[in-house]
Amino acid sequence: MKSSIATLLRTFVLVVWFVLPAPARAALTVEIIGSGANQIPIAIVPFRAEDGMTQKITPVVAADLARSGLFRMVDAGGVVPVPYEPGDVNYPVWRARGAEAVAIGSIAPQAGGRYEIRFRLMDAAKQTQLVGIAYTVTEAQLRLTAHKIADAIYEKLTGDPGVFATRITYIVKRGPRYELQVADADGYNPQTVLASNEPIISPAWSPDGTRLAYVSFEGKKPVVYVQSLVTGGRQAVANFWGSNSAPAWSPDGRRLAVTLTKDGGSQIYLINADGSGNPQRLTQSSAIDTEPNFSPDGQLILFTSDRGGSPQIYGMSTTGSDPRRLTFEGTYNVSPRFSPDGKSFTFIQRNGGRFNVAIQDLATRQVQVLTDGAVDESPSFAPNGRMILYASGVKGRGILAGVSSDGRVKQRLVESSGDVREPAWGPLVK
Amino acid sequence: MTRVLAALLIAGALAACSSTPTKEQDGAPVEDRTGSVTPPAAPDKRDPGPVVATPMDRGVVGMDPLKDPGNILSKRSVYFDYDSNAVKDEFRPVVAAHAKYLGQNRNTRMRIEGNTDERGSREYNLALGQRRADAVKQMMQVLGASPSQIETVSFGEEKPRAPGSDERSWAENRRADIKYPGE
Repeated sequence: MKSSIATLLRTFVLVVWFVLPAPARAALTVEIIGSGANQIPIAIVPFRAEDGMTQKITPVVAADLARSGLFRMVDAGGVVPVPYEPGDVNYPVWRARGAEAVAIGSIAPQAGGRYEIRFRLMDAAKQTQLVGIAYTVTEAQLRLTAHKIADAIYEKLTGDPGVFATRITYIVKRGPRYELQVADADGYNPQTVLASNEPIISPAWSPDGTRLAYVSFEGKKPVVYVQSLVTGGRQAVANFWGSNSAPAWSPDGRRLAVTLTKDGGSQIYLINADGSGNPQRLTQSSAIDTEPNFSPDGQLILFTSDRGGSPQIYGMSTTGSDPRRLTFEGTYNVSPRFSPDGKSFTFIQRNGGRFNVAIQDLATRQVQVLTDGAVDESPSFAPNGRMILYASGVKGRGILAGVSSDGRVKQRLVESSGDVREPAWGPLVK
Repeated sequence: MTRVLAALLIAGALAACSSTPTKEQDGAPVEDRTGSVTPPAAPDKRDPGPVVATPMDRGVVGMDPLKDPGNILSKRSVYFDYDSNAVKDEFRPVVAAHAKYLGQNRNTRMRIEGNTDERGSREYNLALGQRRADAVKQMMQVLGASPSQIETVSFGEEKPRAPGSDERSWAENRRADIKYPGE
C-alpha cells in the first residue's frame, strides 16, 4: 500500500514535471511597493519580429527590471525608425527622454521551431555597446531567455548578478492539500513537485539547484526527505526515532544539518545528503537547538537556541565547537539565514506581538528591522543578496513577499488561491 | 460524538482557565460528561428488592480500556499554558493512568504527539511541541513506563485541532496527544 502510494506520487511528480512546463502561467502576481533611491532610467525597445509572438521577450525584461525597484522604464514608443541594430540608435533622442541605457534586439525564427534572439545594451551617453548576447532557443525557453537578458542588463548596470532567471520554492495549502511547488522567480510556471494530505514544511534548495530537502508529515511524524527536481525521485534521509526536521545544505551539497530528537531534546546533527552513515551530533545542550544554516564558506553554522532562556540566534563551527550567542535585542529571534556574501544574516524578530524580518551585520552586530507585517516568517536571501523573500500573513491567508536588504523596495507575490508559506529562493545556476 | 462533546467541554473549560485562572477556584460545579455511561438510577427506597450489580462506573465489561469512554485511559490529551511544557496537576491522573497501563503491558508502545499554537517560527514550534511530548513521557517514565515504549514526536503548529487565530483556539492547540498503535 505504502509503496503503491509512493509510486503514484512519483508518477504524479513526473507527469507534472515533464508535461506542464510549456505554457507560461502566473499563479503568483507581483505588486511592487516602494522603490530604490537611485533608479537607473532605461529604455527597452520592442525587439524586431516580436509583435506576432505569443511569448514576447521585452515585456518580461521590463517587468523584471521594474520589479527590482532599481530601474525606471523610459517610454520607448514613437521613435522612428525603431532601432534594432546599433547603427539604428539615434542617441540624442534617447538622451532627451532621459534614458541612460537602451536595450535593442531582434527575434528570428530558425529551422526546427527554434528562435535566434539577439540582444544589445547601448550606453546612451557614451554611444557604445555595454553588452551583446545571441541565444538560440526553443519556444519553451523564450521566457527564461527574457529573464537571462534582464539578468545581463541588471549585472551590467548595477554591478551585481541578476537573479531573474532563478527559481523559488514554497508550499501552498489548499483546503486539506499541501503542494510543494517550484516556480520562476517572478511567480510564473509553478510546478507541483509533491502533493500530500499531510503537512510539508522547510523546503531547502541544494546548492546546485537540482534537489530539494524538506520535512514531510506523511508518515504521521516529521521526516526529512531529499527529492530530485530532475527525476522526481525522493528518499527519506532522516527518519530516526522521534522528530526529524530543519534540513540545511552544506555548501558542497554533500551533507545536511538537521534537527533530530533521537537522543532526547531537539539537537542539531550532520548527516550525509544521501542518507548514508550515522548522524554526527553537533550541539550538546539540554535546550532547544534548531534551524541550522551554513555560512557560504562552510565554516560556520547559525542556529536558533533557547539555552539562554529565550530563543536567540547562535553561531558555531561546523564541528559544533565554539558556540556563541549573536542576537541580544529582544526576547524572540529565530530562523537565521546567511547572506550570500556571508557578512550578515536575516532572521525573524518579535517586537511586541509582531513578527518581522530583520537583518544583522555579523561584524558590527547592527540590526535593521525590514518589514512591518503582523506575522512575517521564513526569510531567505536572493542569491545576489539584494532581496529577501519571506512569508507574510495577510488577512489570515499566507502570501509571499519580498523586501530589499536595505528595506527600500517591497514586493508582494499574491497567489490567486490558497495559503502560501515557507518560501526559499533558489541558487544561481549557470 | 460524546467524546467530541467531552473534548469540547474540556477545551472550553481549559480555555476559560487559561485566560482567567481564578475561575478554577470559584467552586462552580462542572458537569462531568466524559463518560458515555448514564449513572445508575437511584434505587427505589420503598422496595429495595434484589440488587443487580452492574459495573457501570467502569463501563461495559470486556471493552478495550483504551477505548472505553468511562475509563480514564480514553482521555488522551494534555494541555499546556503558553510557552510552557509543565504538565499541570489536573492532567496528572491521565498521565499516571497511561503510565500504569504501559507498566502493566510491557509490549505495548505509544506515541506522544506534541502540538503548539500558530505563533512563531514553524521549526521552533516543532521543537516546542517536542518538548511538551517529552515532558509527558518523562512523567510516565517516573511512574513506571519504560522509555523504549514511548516515542515522542511533534507536529508543531502544523496540525491544529482548532483552526482559529484566537486565545481559545491557541489554548486548544497547546497540547500533547497520546496515541496507541493503529490510532
